[in-house]
Amino acid sequence: MSYAILQQGASRSFLDGDPFLAKASPADDADVLVCIGAAPPGNQAYKAIAIELDKECLADHVGFDAPPANVFGFARYRNGSDAPSRLVELVRLPNSDPDALKAVRQVFEAAGLAVSVCADHAGRIIDRLVRPKYNAALRLLDEGLATQADMDLTCRLGLGYPDGPIERVIRGGLADHFAVTSALFETFGASAYAPARQAVIAARREKRK
Amino acid sequence: MTSTIRTVGVCGAGGTMGAGIAIVAARAGFRAISYDVGQDRLDSARAQTAAFFDKSVERGKLPAEERDAIMARSETTTDLAELGECDLVIEAIFEDLQVKRKLLGQLDAVCPPETIFASNTSTLSITEIAAGCSRPDRVIGLHFCLPAQLMKLIEVSPGLLTSEATLETAWAWTEKCGQMPVKTQDRPGFILNALLVPFNNDCIRAVEAGVAEPADIDRAIKAGLGYKMGPLELIDLIGLDTQVRLCEAFYPVTLDPRSATPPLLRRMVAAGQLGRKSGRGFFAYEGGKMFGA
Repeated sequence: MSYAILQQGASRSFLDGDPFLAKASPADDADVLVCIGAAPPGNQAYKAIAIELDKECLADHVGFDAPPANVFGFARYRNGSDAPSRLVELVRLPNSDPDALKAVRQVFEAAGLAVSVCADHAGRIIDRLVRPKYNAALRLLDEGLATQADMDLTCRLGLGYPDGPIERVIRGGLADHFAVTSALFETFGASAYAPARQAVIAARREKRK
Repeated sequence: MTSTIRTVGVCGAGGTMGAGIAIVAARAGFRAISYDVGQDRLDSARAQTAAFFDKSVERGKLPAEERDAIMARSETTTDLAELGECDLVIEAIFEDLQVKRKLLGQLDAVCPPETIFASNTSTLSITEIAAGCSRPDRVIGLHFCLPAQLMKLIEVSPGLLTSEATLETAWAWTEKCGQMPVKTQDRPGFILNALLVPFNNDCIRAVEAGVAEPADIDRAIKAGLGYKMGPLELIDLIGLDTQVRLCEAFYPVTLDPRSATPPLLRRMVAAGQLGRKSGRGFFAYEGGKMFGA
């Protein structure tokens, strides 16, 4: 499945020099158009169009009323400033065309990426699920449950995680965690998404710089 | 003042966790007395213990004479009074506060005053369990991970009245066993379950909300975060009924909405979809293989 890239500005999914960018076909020859920071063209000559998302939903781009069935959202998961992971969260809509979905999926899988399909919800899969856990870990740390080192060690040894929740969220950037959780809290209104104290402070300090 | 541990009793040793804890103690050179109410359960646990060490011998990790010495140090009893010789008694019985309190009261009557009582509870308060005996200063939480004989981590949790000496003695004992202790406050779920139980519930709710299929959620967590096992596969392994019990232990204490039992979980348990052990949970299982991932 061939793909073309329409890019304006930097991508969070594919950093400069990423082979995925280099292997793209000319726009006229492609089955799938991957839009990075750029609005898709008006004509719908492509089998499928994939729009890179950040914290927003796909509906931010296509609206709610009769969205095109061949347009999808995608984001390669990154923990803040960490390098992109091999996961692509591929966002579909209720009226998505299964063949078009298959085409986009093939494009990413052919690049060696793992694809998880999800609905157009805030936080998609990972941020929706892990950000409350990071918040809880930061709050429990504040409340003296254990030291940061012991909390991280417990998750590594007890659950087999490659890293603990606090070391991970700090490595990705507490200010980034603030930005992600603020967006989720705005949507869900649930206290689990309210940014933890350390993230609030990190964001304030960064703003003062 | 710290005390010396020579003999360790394990209550509920007929269960998977209790048997593993007894292995940890005996392997480290301590005399280990396994107690349970039924001899058949103890016999089964002893057979599993022997099989575990036989495998270690076969793999060349343990000399045969060391295995024989460990097995000789491993005793079983259905008579609680025989735990009177123990310096440390670890209970790994059913997760019920009243039952654990009652057991500690009984141990109080048969053990010398200096014996330390430890609870392997994963959800209950050490302080509340300790209220069942007359020596709350000598009661501590030692939460092992399953399977105890393979997992190094132990959450060590002093209750409000636990003495420093008890903490030091228990801590030193875990280290002598080659385990990795971490100190936590006496709070529901300590570290591990305080983070895991709500996270697992969030994953179940994401399925219920139609965010993604179970296989997509598990793939995302593994590929995006590097976890070895997806959360929904893990819940299937733990047992959906066990997850309900964890929620029921957590939510009334924490009132954290994330700890409340997700409605989908209740429905699946009602339908007999308990996970791997019933052949169906978030995934299907047949002949040791998982389907739908």
